[in-house]
Amino acid sequence: MTDTPIRIVLAKIGFDGHDRGLRMVARILRDAGFEVIYLGLRQTTENVVAVVEQEDADAVGLSMHNAQHLTLAPKMVKSLRSAGLDVPVILGGVVPDQDIAPLLEAGVAVILGPGTSAEDVVRSVREAVTSRS
Amino acid sequence: MKRDSSTPVELFDAAITGHRHAIGRLLSLVEQGGASADAVSALTHEKSGAAMVIGITGPPGSGKSSLLSQLLKEVVAAGFRPAVIAVDPSSPLTGGAILGDRVRIDATDTATFIRSIATRGHSGGLALAVPGAVRVLDAVGFNPIIIETVGVGQVEVDVTASADTTIVVANPGTGDAVQANKAGLLEVADIFVVNKSDLPGSDDARRDLELMLDLSHMTGQEDSTGRRPPIIMANSLEGSGAAELWAAVVEHGEHLVATNQLSARRAKRQLAELRSRVSDALMDALDSELASKHGADIVVALSDRRITPTEASSQIISRVIRTDERPARPRGPQV
Amino acid sequence: MANDSEANNDRQAWQDAYDRTPLRDVDFETMSGIPVEPVYGGGPYPGQYPFTRGIRPSMYRSRLWTMRMFAGFGTAEDTNGRFKEILRNGGTGLSTAFDMPTLMGRDSDHEWALGEVGRAGVAIDTLADMRDLFADIDLGSVSTSMTINGPAHIIMAMYIALAEENSVDRAALSGTIQNDILKEYQAQKEYIFPPRPSMRLITDLIRFTAAEMPRWHPVSVSGYHIREAGSNAAQELAFTLANGFAYVEAAIAAGMDVDDFAPRLSFFFNSHSDFFEEIGKFRAARRIWATWMKERYGARDERSMLCRFHTQTAGVSLTAQQPEINVARVALQALAAVLGGSQSLHTDSFDEAMALPTEDAARIALRTQQIIAYETGVASVADPLGGSAYVEWMTDEIERRAEDIFSHLHELGGGSILEGVYAGIDNGYFVGAIADSGYRFERAVNAGRRIVVGVNEFTDGDHPSDRNLLRIDPQVEANQLKRLADVKQSRDESLVRTSLEQLVTDAADPTINTIPATIKAVQALATEGEIVAALETVFGTYVETAVM
Repeated sequence: MTDTPIRIVLAKIGFDGHDRGLRMVARILRDAGFEVIYLGLRQTTENVVAVVEQEDADAVGLSMHNAQHLTLAPKMVKSLRSAGLDVPVILGGVVPDQDIAPLLEAGVAVILGPGTSAEDVVRSVREAVTSRS
Repeated sequence: MKRDSSTPVELFDAAITGHRHAIGRLLSLVEQGGASADAVSALTHEKSGAAMVIGITGPPGSGKSSLLSQLLKEVVAAGFRPAVIAVDPSSPLTGGAILGDRVRIDATDTATFIRSIATRGHSGGLALAVPGAVRVLDAVGFNPIIIETVGVGQVEVDVTASADTTIVVANPGTGDAVQANKAGLLEVADIFVVNKSDLPGSDDARRDLELMLDLSHMTGQEDSTGRRPPIIMANSLEGSGAAELWAAVVEHGEHLVATNQLSARRAKRQLAELRSRVSDALMDALDSELASKHGADIVVALSDRRITPTEASSQIISRVIRTDERPARPRGPQV
Repeated sequence: MANDSEANNDRQAWQDAYDRTPLRDVDFETMSGIPVEPVYGGGPYPGQYPFTRGIRPSMYRSRLWTMRMFAGFGTAEDTNGRFKEILRNGGTGLSTAFDMPTLMGRDSDHEWALGEVGRAGVAIDTLADMRDLFADIDLGSVSTSMTINGPAHIIMAMYIALAEENSVDRAALSGTIQNDILKEYQAQKEYIFPPRPSMRLITDLIRFTAAEMPRWHPVSVSGYHIREAGSNAAQELAFTLANGFAYVEAAIAAGMDVDDFAPRLSFFFNSHSDFFEEIGKFRAARRIWATWMKERYGARDERSMLCRFHTQTAGVSLTAQQPEINVARVALQALAAVLGGSQSLHTDSFDEAMALPTEDAARIALRTQQIIAYETGVASVADPLGGSAYVEWMTDEIERRAEDIFSHLHELGGGSILEGVYAGIDNGYFVGAIADSGYRFERAVNAGRRIVVGVNEFTDGDHPSDRNLLRIDPQVEANQLKRLADVKQSRDESLVRTSLEQLVTDAADPTINTIPATIKAVQALATEGEIVAALETVFGTYVETAVM
């Protein structure tokens, strides 16, 4: 059903408290008609999985700003898949160019770097979701 | 298994074994409306009715979510397995929503099942989606089921008010009591909570509520048994008041049973849902009738003063009622 | 004019004060040899209430701003090396960045610390790490700035304990600890305990330093992070000063006299890219603070009215595209900070949009300040833009916008700014306002109504592969974990336990200052994480619930 809004869970995992980007993306997606389940800071991958299940979310958006992406983003993908959830993981934040390939390899669907336009954010999330349905 | 091909029956079989995502999927089907929602209703209708349904409402910033998380601790400690439906408004402009209530309802407690529902700018949808979601959660074994809404908008008030027990949260010093009165919440409240009771003006808020209750006693709007809703002072910062609130909920439940009001309330709830369902179907039929060639002809005849408004409406009504075999338009926003 | 004699008096008073002030031994003339006056235009002059034109009569003629460069990465030993390098290069103050686990009050062996240890700053678990951090540095003669908030009282206790071990009198310690928890709930989000008990810890430290450490600044009220999180200039200013008022109200409520602590409060602002707006903001900051301290909080000591501030250029303005052009951004922002009368300044390194600065990039950033100080001549004249119609208007306008925000908080708090700030944290006012401003800016950039050079315009010339980024050796984490394990192995466990028990007892009694028991605990080599966990049993843990 294409007229049902896309539901996305937005979270930050671990200590990192830079939530400017996450809040920005929440507003961008809301204004593009998405339903954003905003979890905010200091989440665990286990909790995100539980929320995706309960909310029947279509995607997970994580934001990372301090070099933990190489550990935590693949861990998030793995936790979702082992719960049987084939939802795309979208990663935003500061990701050096050389880390992009290993992250995509690890199953991260989309990486949105700093300066990504609102249109690109909306389009990539939408594509990541529809390519799986 | 997102967007998987599992049928409602398969999902329901998994859901009753406690499979969280299957429950989540069923709730999505209910929210989407249409044929699959009807299929879910058919599966869950018979198996529901055991759970206590609690509504909790209050204005934004009243701390009802923090209060709810304290209440949930009491509920779990008493050996229950609660579920929460948190209703948040969608943006009327874009249809999108930021659903943040579950963060406020202590999301670290993953044992409680929490589902966020956006109003989707579609009041009729909400009026059907919430009872449908309650049925799913009830049928898979959650009890109590707590519906949380911001107390604005008639549908949200109705949805909350259709609970077995309705809690209305107000804050000191913000005129919440007066607002609650205006929104029609006073009549539906079974329990009042003055939250943030540490703030100055909490005694005033209590007095305001007492006064309004005195008034409704005089005008005869109270519970037919003469029960007066208790006013509980709570402070979710300190966690005080939650135990009293839970005790009041239990006491109200017992009162409903003792006075034979529980079945009456539930019948009223069923009636309200039925009414929404039928009126939605009729509205859909009316819309398509008016959009049809025949409808357009009637409008032209009316404008040309060839028929009277009464004749026009009789003609439309007779056609709308006759088209009852027409399938209802699927629910959900028509973007 | 009736005010002529008053104006003459102002001028004379300023001249007298200026004449008493020792000056730097340089020629105050232009490059072409034209002598210049120390100040132009009318009063109130620099050093005169309400200090719009500066906090000192001579401003930079006496003393340049402190070129304080933030440093910290890897282990304490690594950072110690960088500190010594800064002192050798003519830096005049040390500034410490801590890694994320330390900032969050957790040890390097916490499960969330994986991949974070020593990354964004130095890892400090115990007093033993503090010893290494300041090895061979005389604590009695350097000025140290420590950027930490949630567990500030613990790090402060370690610094005091270290001074004692080195036989440095704690009264001789000079520096600043950020210790500004309110902006954590509003913007930076590195909080541990809920707001009210956090405020208790801050009041404890204010009281302790007022009594025993007269050269220490116990709170640096920081707008920097509020701006970085997306606020506009007026919000940055208003939220920061409101937080300052909140600390003042809390300390007064704890029974202190305003003039006993207010002279030691300092501020930390952002210098962003809109040149005149920033200068107006800095000037308005001084005027508002002075006025409120005098009129509302009854300060009598002029030093209580001075808004002294450190400034840092806007990290959020740095672009990952064409990073080398950030050098120009930083220079202009730094110039605004100096023209606005900053007491100290950190210039960002051009590569910081991608990672921690490399040594070369940090050097260029410091050199930028030196060019402003020594080549441009702007340090010769105090408040050189004062009297410009535009700058004066901008100063008034920013002040007016800030006062609107104070009125809102005042109302929220039922007449108390402190309660208004608590309420604004609780109901999401701050995070909502900040996020909305940030979103508005981003939408303008997206729509092309605002140009960001190299991002949405003038994009040729980006060479992503050329970047030489500082990478933290993963060995750092392993080393730190081993050090922590060794310390835990070597210490007297019963001493740790009893010291933590004493701390918990003290924390539960709001009339007792928690700092002495914290010093005892760090001396027993209790870890930062253990101390935080002990305090959480009394204070609880904060969870952010404000979404919009």
